[in-house]
Order: sequence, then structure tokens, then C-alpha cells
Amino acid sequence: MNAFLTQLRRDLAISFRHGAEAMNPIAFFALAAFLLGLGQSTLRLDEAAAGALWVLALFANVLAVEGLFGRDREDGSLEQLLLHAKPLFAALLGKVAAHWMMSGLPIAALSPFVALLVDVPPDGMLVLALTLLLGTPTLALVGAIGAALVAGTGRGGLLVALLVMPLYVPTLLFGAGAAMTALAGGDPSAELLWLAALLAASITLAPFGVDAALRVGQEY
Amino acid sequence: MGKAMEWLRRTFHRMGSPRWFFAGSRGWVLGLYLVGAALIVVGSVWGLGFAPTDRLQGDSYRILYVHVPAAHLAEAVYVAIAIAGVVHLVWRMKMADLAIAAAAPVGMTLTAAALATGYIWGIPTWGTGWVWDARTTSMLVLLFLYFGLIALRQAVPRPERAALAVSVLAIVGVVNIPVIKYSVDWFTTLHQPASIRLGERPSIDPSMLWPLAVNALGYYLFLVGVVVAALRAKIIERESKADWVRSWVQAR
Amino acid sequence: MNEPLLRAASLGHETDDARLFHGLDLVLRGGEMVEVRGANATGKSTLLRCLAGLIRPGSGTVDVGVEIAYLGHRSGLSETLTARENLRWRLSLCSGRLDGNEATARIDEALVRLGIGHAGGRAVASLSAGQRRRVALAAVLASPARLWLLDEPLTALDDAGAALLTAEIERHLRNGGGVVAATHRPLGPRAMRTVQLGTT
Repeated sequence: MNAFLTQLRRDLAISFRHGAEAMNPIAFFALAAFLLGLGQSTLRLDEAAAGALWVLALFANVLAVEGLFGRDREDGSLEQLLLHAKPLFAALLGKVAAHWMMSGLPIAALSPFVALLVDVPPDGMLVLALTLLLGTPTLALVGAIGAALVAGTGRGGLLVALLVMPLYVPTLLFGAGAAMTALAGGDPSAELLWLAALLAASITLAPFGVDAALRVGQEY
Repeated sequence: MGKAMEWLRRTFHRMGSPRWFFAGSRGWVLGLYLVGAALIVVGSVWGLGFAPTDRLQGDSYRILYVHVPAAHLAEAVYVAIAIAGVVHLVWRMKMADLAIAAAAPVGMTLTAAALATGYIWGIPTWGTGWVWDARTTSMLVLLFLYFGLIALRQAVPRPERAALAVSVLAIVGVVNIPVIKYSVDWFTTLHQPASIRLGERPSIDPSMLWPLAVNALGYYLFLVGVVVAALRAKIIERESKADWVRSWVQAR
Repeated sequence: MNEPLLRAASLGHETDDARLFHGLDLVLRGGEMVEVRGANATGKSTLLRCLAGLIRPGSGTVDVGVEIAYLGHRSGLSETLTARENLRWRLSLCSGRLDGNEATARIDEALVRLGIGHAGGRAVASLSAGQRRRVALAAVLASPARLWLLDEPLTALDDAGAALLTAEIERHLRNGGGVVAATHRPLGPRAMRTVQLGTT
């Protein structure tokens, strides 16, 4: 718990001091939704709007997660983290949690308002926000593996996107599925439970992947 | 028993040596090619010419003799890559990585072939080439997973470092494959009309199955041959500075 | 009696294009220092990273029985945070047991010892290269580690800084600590041994 909180606090402090930069994921999400809303008159989104918003949230996450380890790697904090954090598992979770608080969490919180832009009916908004709240941490955890693999190669966003987006498929399907089921008047609890299961699984497994990827990254 | 274990241990050790593999695998490639090709010819002629016509699909079902082996192999190759990834990460066995490098493009090609033949088959059967069916969607995701493996290897400048990253990615991918398959399956059952579910196709008649089995075996052998040949090329490439490679080149 | 802090046996490592070192044996006990010498690209940094456990050596074993502090090429300091915040994070990573006051005291003492007590509250981004190096060294000083692994610790340090560092290394050795330092110019007055790389 200690390692978790230490790392969480440090990374949040860094994010807050970068101010404007921390706003990028939310700004991207809102902007893209705005464009989607503009095009909607020709696209006829309706129920599909929830799915479209989910895809946008996913893109925002991919763009944000790419830089998760870059700065730490460059300034050497990453080697210190790998050397000293006990347990590393908790520290890595803290790192991803801090990242999520600056990307997934505000996106989920903002989503009901953004949903207005694309005419999602009111009863769907809360479910949409809930699916994002449950789904974005999974995206951040899985995305962290890709970011860890790519950190240090000097290649950025597109490569991370290529590596992790296939792995986002289950989260996207259950997340968008829940929102669409709710919009169609059904009961989305099955999908929500699946989202929670995916989250639980990625909290337990993803840090091992991140750990392995970061250690490999120390060798180049 | 002890002898068998000893043999296994020694073989495992030797497999780790590119030089030993290169010297020993020379005959395999030709053998695998010949046996594989023979089986493919037998299976295809049998399947295309002599197996009975399907009552519902007519002759169009015969693409299955290409489609099914390709799809099976596409997945099997990915699993094999992930196993090689574990071997490479745990024992740092260079050969395991070279095998991944050799197999990834083969697996990607097979996945693309499975998708393409599926598309062609879909046109007469489903009335459309592409459906967001569980299997087609999983196959497409598999194709992207292969893209990732290949792209990551090219992004990391030094081959041995790239190898480690690719191994990790392959393992992460293989852990995800069942989840992806399951979620797609679950999702499509909910959101697709059941009429075009591939999974509920009536079981296949033995007279159609035998040529398929022969063909599948042929594909397996032939493609193992392709992978071994690619592996031999990778060995020469990666070990180009070693003395034995130089003398081998000079001897030719 | 004096258990080794570090024991490396037949250590070897090669990269894609070079064989850096092989068959290297090293035992370090409390109060001892080893200087790793060698020209550029002979594997000094790689050896230190192997000893630290950051990379897996191609062959051989490394056995470290105590906590370590590692100073790499990179400072290990976030530019955005202040020097003190950085050290605080580093300290809580390696020993969560320290309570807040004790940690602050250790950090301030380390900063003062390296002559940058005044810079503790400044963001690392605003510090000069030499000051950053001193802050990075202060992180080593403040840590409870008995074994220091220093990769080119003199980089960017002026003469006064080098003298302070030498004095601190002496003190650490007197207190029963051990030091392995990779350097291309002689560091301390009492390097017990040198390991020369790149002679093969």
C-alpha cells in the first residue's frame, strides 16, 4: 500500500505541475465528440452514438498512455523505481492509477455532458459514464504494457496504438455493449459485471506484463 | 526412461545452438516440403474432385479445404510463438527468438489467407463477404496481433533487444486471445441474427472430413518446412559474423 | 565475520556487436572499494547495471546481500519536482519504514554535505548540470544502502564537488559500506582494487 501511495502521490504531483498537458486527454475526447456531433446530421448516430463515444474514449486513452513511462525513462527515475520499489507490483499500480486519474476518470466524469453533443438519450448517459468508469482503468492497465514495451524505442504513439488496440477489443465490446443495451431499454448488468471482471483480471495480471516489459526495456 | 530424459535434455541444449540446428536441419526442409506437398496434392484432388457435393452449399463449400487448415495454422502458429517467447525470456535462448522472427510473417500470411478465403466463401453462403461473426472478428484481431509483433521488432533498433520485447508481447497476446475470442463470441450472440452463425454448422460428413484431414496435415508439414527454411535464413543473417557461417559461405 | 556485500562469479556479457567482458570475478566486503576502469564502450556501465540487477548478465551470477544505491548516467530525478521532493520519493522507495521527520532530516543532511543545502526547494529543471549531479549523489548519501554503485560519479562535478564526493566515499567506507565505481579518471584516494575492462 505504501509503495502504491508513494508512487501515486509523486505522479499526481508531476501531472498537476504540467497543468495544461494533463488536460490533453479530456480536451481530445471533447473535441472529437464535438466533431462527431457535427457530422451526426449526415451520419444518423442515435444508439450507435454510445459506441462511437466509447471508441473516442479508447483513442483518448491510447494517446495518453503512450507517454506513461517516457519521461521517467529519460530522467532515470524508471531505473530507480525498478531497483528499489518494494513491492514493484504496487508501485506500478500506483503509477497507472495516477495516470488513470488524469485521463480515464475525467473522461468518464465528463462523458454525460459530451453525450449531449451527440444526442445520447438521458437514460443512457449514466450507464455510459458507468461503463467508462469501469472500462477505462482496464484500458490504462493494458495500455501500460504497450507503453512499457515501446518506451525507449523512440517510436511513439502509432506503434503503441498498433500494439494495444487489439487487446482493447473485449473492453470495448462490453463497454459499448452495455451502453447500447441500456439505450435499447435492456438491462446492462451482465455487461457491467463483465467489465468489472476484466478490470479485476487486469489489476492482477497487467502489472506483471508491465514489469517484464520495463525490465526488457532496461536492456536497450 | 533415463535415456529418454537424457536425450530430451541434450536435444533441448542443442536446439539452442544455431550452428547445430543449421547443420542438422538441412535435410528437413526438403523432406517437409515433399511430404507436405504430396499430402496437399492428394487432399486437394480428393477434396475438390471426389468428395461429395454439399446438399446446401453446392460446390462452394470446397474452399474449406484451404480455409480450415489456414485458420487452424494461423492460431497454432501464434500459440507456438508465445511458447517460444517464454523459452526465450526464461532461458535467453537465441534460437527461440529466431524462430519467432521466422514464424511471425508466416502466421500473418496464414491469417490473411484465412480471412480472404472466408470472405470468398461468405459471398455465396452468407450473401456477403464480411460479417461481424465471432470467428471472423477474432481472426481479424489475430491479424492485428501479428502486425504488432512484426512492427515492434522493426521499431527496436538492436535485434537482441527487439527479441526480448517481442517475446513479452507474444505472451501478453496469447493470454488475451481467449478473452478476446470469448468476448467477441458473447457480443455477437447478442447482437447478430443467429442465422449466419458459423459455429452451429451441421457436423461434417466423414467423406468430406478425410480429405480435409489429409490436407490439414499436408499444410502443417509444408508450413513447418517454410518456417524451418526461414529460420535457416535468419540464422545466417544473425550469425553472419561467426566463423562457421563464413566458412559455410566460402564452401558454397 | 565480514560477510561480502557483493559477490559476482564468472560474469560475462555480450551485445549484438561486442563481447564486453567475460569470466569476471568480484568479491566486495564492507570498507572496500573497487574502481572499474576502461575506455569508452568497454562495458563499465553495463557491468554496473548487471551488478545492480537492472540487466541480466549473459553468463555468470551476481549475489548481492544488502540494499544498494545506484547512480546511473541519468540522474533519476524528475525535472518537474523539487530536489527535496525527488529525494523524498527515492527514500520512500527504498525504505518505507522511515517516518517523515527522519526522512527529511536525512535528506537535508545529505544536501548540505554535498554543498547544495540551499537548492533543496528548487525544481530540478532550474538546476545546473553540476547541481543536478550533486542532488543525484545526495540521493545515494541519504539512502540507507550499504553498497553504492556509482557510474561515472565525477561527471559534471567541479573540483570542489569532486573533493566533497571523495570525502563522502571515505566516510561511507569507514562506516563499513562498500563502493563500486565506474570511472575513467581516478576517483578516491583509497581505491582498494581496480578492475580494468577492455584489455582483451
